[in-house]
Amino acid sequence: MTERKIRVLVCKPGLDGHDRGAKVVAAALRDAGMEVIYTGLRQTPSMIVESAMQEDVDAIGLSMHSAAHMTIFPKVLQLLNEKGLQHILLTGGGVIPDEDIVALSTLGVGRLFGPGTPMADIAVYVKDEVGRRRAERSAAGVL
Amino acid sequence: MTDGAPLASTVDARVRALTERVRKGEPSAVARALTLVENREPVAAALLHELWPDTGRAWRLGITGPPGAGKSTLVAALIAHFRKSGRTVGVIAVDPSSPFTGGALLGDRVRMGVAHGDSGVFIRSMASRGDLGGLCASAQEACDVLDASGKDVILIETVGVGQTEVEVVHAADSIVVVLHPEAGDAVQAMKAGLMEIADVYAVNKADRPGADRLEQEILGMLGLRPHGADTWLPPVVRVVSTTTVGVPDLVAALEKHRAHQNQTSGTDSRRVRRIEQRIRLLVESEMRSRLFGRPEAAARLAALVADVRAGRTTPYGAASHILPGNEP
Amino acid sequence: MTVSLREVPELSDPFDDEGRDFAKDIAYPGEYPYTRGIHRTGYRGKMWTMRQFAGFGSAADTNARYKYLLGAGQTGLSVAFDLPTLMGYDSDHEFSEGEVGKCGVAIACLDDMKRLFEGIPLDKVSTSMTINSPAAILLAMYVAAAKAQGVTPNLLRGTVQNDILKEYIAQKEYIFPPVPSLRIITDMMRYCADDVPQWNTISVSGYHIREAGSTAVQELAFTLLDGFTYVECGIKAGMDVDEFAPRISHFWNAHQDFFEELCKYRAGRRIWARHMREKYGATDPKSWLLRFHTQTAGVSLTAQQPENNIVRTAIEALSAVLGGTQSLHTNSMDETLALPTEKSVKIALRTQQIIAYETGVAHVIDPLGGSWYVEKLTDQMEKEAEEIFAKVEQMGGVVRCIEEGWFQREIARSAYEYQKAVDKGDKVIVGVNKFVEQGEKLTIELLKIDASTERSQTERLKALRARRDAAKWSAALEAVRAACVDGSNLMPRLVTAVEADATLGEIIDTMKSVFGTYEETPEF
Repeated sequence: MTERKIRVLVCKPGLDGHDRGAKVVAAALRDAGMEVIYTGLRQTPSMIVESAMQEDVDAIGLSMHSAAHMTIFPKVLQLLNEKGLQHILLTGGGVIPDEDIVALSTLGVGRLFGPGTPMADIAVYVKDEVGRRRAERSAAGVL
Repeated sequence: MTDGAPLASTVDARVRALTERVRKGEPSAVARALTLVENREPVAAALLHELWPDTGRAWRLGITGPPGAGKSTLVAALIAHFRKSGRTVGVIAVDPSSPFTGGALLGDRVRMGVAHGDSGVFIRSMASRGDLGGLCASAQEACDVLDASGKDVILIETVGVGQTEVEVVHAADSIVVVLHPEAGDAVQAMKAGLMEIADVYAVNKADRPGADRLEQEILGMLGLRPHGADTWLPPVVRVVSTTTVGVPDLVAALEKHRAHQNQTSGTDSRRVRRIEQRIRLLVESEMRSRLFGRPEAAARLAALVADVRAGRTTPYGAASHILPGNEP
Repeated sequence: MTVSLREVPELSDPFDDEGRDFAKDIAYPGEYPYTRGIHRTGYRGKMWTMRQFAGFGSAADTNARYKYLLGAGQTGLSVAFDLPTLMGYDSDHEFSEGEVGKCGVAIACLDDMKRLFEGIPLDKVSTSMTINSPAAILLAMYVAAAKAQGVTPNLLRGTVQNDILKEYIAQKEYIFPPVPSLRIITDMMRYCADDVPQWNTISVSGYHIREAGSTAVQELAFTLLDGFTYVECGIKAGMDVDEFAPRISHFWNAHQDFFEELCKYRAGRRIWARHMREKYGATDPKSWLLRFHTQTAGVSLTAQQPENNIVRTAIEALSAVLGGTQSLHTNSMDETLALPTEKSVKIALRTQQIIAYETGVAHVIDPLGGSWYVEKLTDQMEKEAEEIFAKVEQMGGVVRCIEEGWFQREIARSAYEYQKAVDKGDKVIVGVNKFVEQGEKLTIELLKIDASTERSQTERLKALRARRDAAKWSAALEAVRAACVDGSNLMPRLVTAVEADATLGEIIDTMKSVFGTYEETPEF
């Protein structure tokens, strides 16, 4: 047995179709050795959480360029909690003002990456944070 | 309850609880069971041992073909078709891992465009992880999990680019090889392996020019094969999976194949072969870990290597020393 | 290495012109093949149009901004719609939640369109509408709003972007599959040729292709291919190419690499002229002219040290001007962070005015023409574009390549290669991977859009649905459905439908019931 691969769901929610960032990050996480499930454009929060559950992912990355981040992140978080999937890291990036990042972080959203972030930083963060969460769960005896 | 203690770990309470939840079809439990199986974690054997009595009910269909053939859209059309007739569907979509980084980009899920919120469909993306034996076993075991969770039909989708992918669909009762008109010239040149495993051919994108020619080429190739009265001759079905045209015909052809298999006990022989292969794989991997997995085994191997280098024995002699019964 | 990762020579000289012929390949401005520009008099005859794209909140909010702009001497308007409108959803649809009025103005019905232009005489302004999938319906609303003002369609001037092919390729704001989408565009070309002759029916756009991560040559080639596809559709529908081709314009991205961009515009003009004349048999010189709008590159802006974006934008704008653009939008420094504030928009506009009136570059036409480097790079980009044309043709044409995800894959790969070059430091971005300021604090103000638009739009739509004539409404939608099926021109039926108070979303749903929807296969 080798170590469990990190699985990440990369989504582009909302109506906006600018998927350059989502695709570049998906490719970068793949090249960092992760298994990336890309669900494409215009995913609703319930679609995102359903995919995350079936794919048993460790993390969800949302790319947001429209103004709907304050609607979508909290909804995804709420659905994850409802389905007992609190262990999944919810992170993302895009054009998100600092004060919104702070507000989302208090709700439990992970780090959000702004324009110009090196791809390696994102991969390192996901690896570390997923590793930490896995260790916690494994110590608690979760299969 | 089945006889015998399972290999590897004991069946602890956590496994029992997870098994119960998988049997009830709880999506988060099915998902976690698939993760354990896919990663070949020690508890997976116990889990699969527990689930085994609940398997064997689902109809397992393998879907493969070259890149660009439209396999995922065809899977989407099949899902819709089976859902309409009230059957639940599980999907294992296999995509290759990068041989360099071990990572993978799995994008089939979105192509399958399932109406979300339908609890009758469960889709799981799986990376090939570059290990043929491992993947074949994982794919079969993943099907077992979906089967035990109560799915009526299980679709296993792989890209028919290499041996790995071709082998994986052997987990299925019937195999569909999907081709598209642009693949026409490629049919002749295509790996015999891919063309020979088909129980049914689907000519997808059949509304495009070249579909007739492709169909003729397949039929021509099939005509060259030796066959007796009982031999199943794979039918060629034209489909346009984006509009679902031809999908009912495809399912009808698959049902015919199933009936033929039952008559000639072909299904049974496939299942027998699968069970046999499963036992072999399990024994092989257990043997490997027993013979090489322990620290003293590593030391023993190092000593034998030194013996070979020093001319005290040969690799052949050394091997016989490691095998059970010959240990010092 | 350029921003497109192209290797460039250290030095050019006159000895590698590969048989370039001045009369045949370059010629004078205003002469075929228009390498040096489409006007004999350059900007001395007519300065480029400074057209800043704007829209936010409700129709009334944007109407007030337009009146302010017109009062300040602007003669052209450029409408930015919100995402629900761009995607054909009404403001009260569940998918619209959180997006109404945010990235542009919300327009869901004729009443909204009338309010957008209330008090603005539509026979006196030219209006550019950045709208694609639902362009036919928005144009129908514009025509109907004009009629309500007593302005007949033949007096209307403006543009709809209406470039659906680049939506599949890059911006992804598609609704219907490619074939019915092209049919709608053909209907619009026919309708406008007959009834709205001063209207530009398509602005073939490379902007979004570039923003999605393509190289300069990919932007050039893919965009021109899209344009050729529209021309072929019109010809196939039985129109004379000279009847509609003069109403097709283009829209380029002005990125950071000064000379590569400049040569892109020059090569584009030459290729378009050659293909229109030689391949499509256009005889009216107006059909040969590649007229274009340019916008500076949004992706070149950085969130770090945002004031630097003013400088980037100025240099990009200069390349567009020296490349002979007909109109220009300069981005504001804060656009990677939010919608621009009034102050930052003003600086962006002033940037254009400084280039136009202070630098002197507008006095001379194509001043860089004849530079060994510029001519060589222009030739090279033309050649590379022609190679892409041949490849696409061999793969079965533009629509097939879209369906197979070829363009999308090419762009995704270029974007990833570029990002890797940036991460490795092979491509320098000031303030991002070099000359970085640690612990940088944002020092500029950002614009905030409040959430009240969504509520008021929802209420207004509810009231509209309650008060309209239900029989007239359903008959009008049925006529649209029938036209989708039988192939008769959709435009007049769309005008009737919006006049019967059918909403954007209702009309789109009716069309979806016949045409279906498009789902893309993601490519990497």
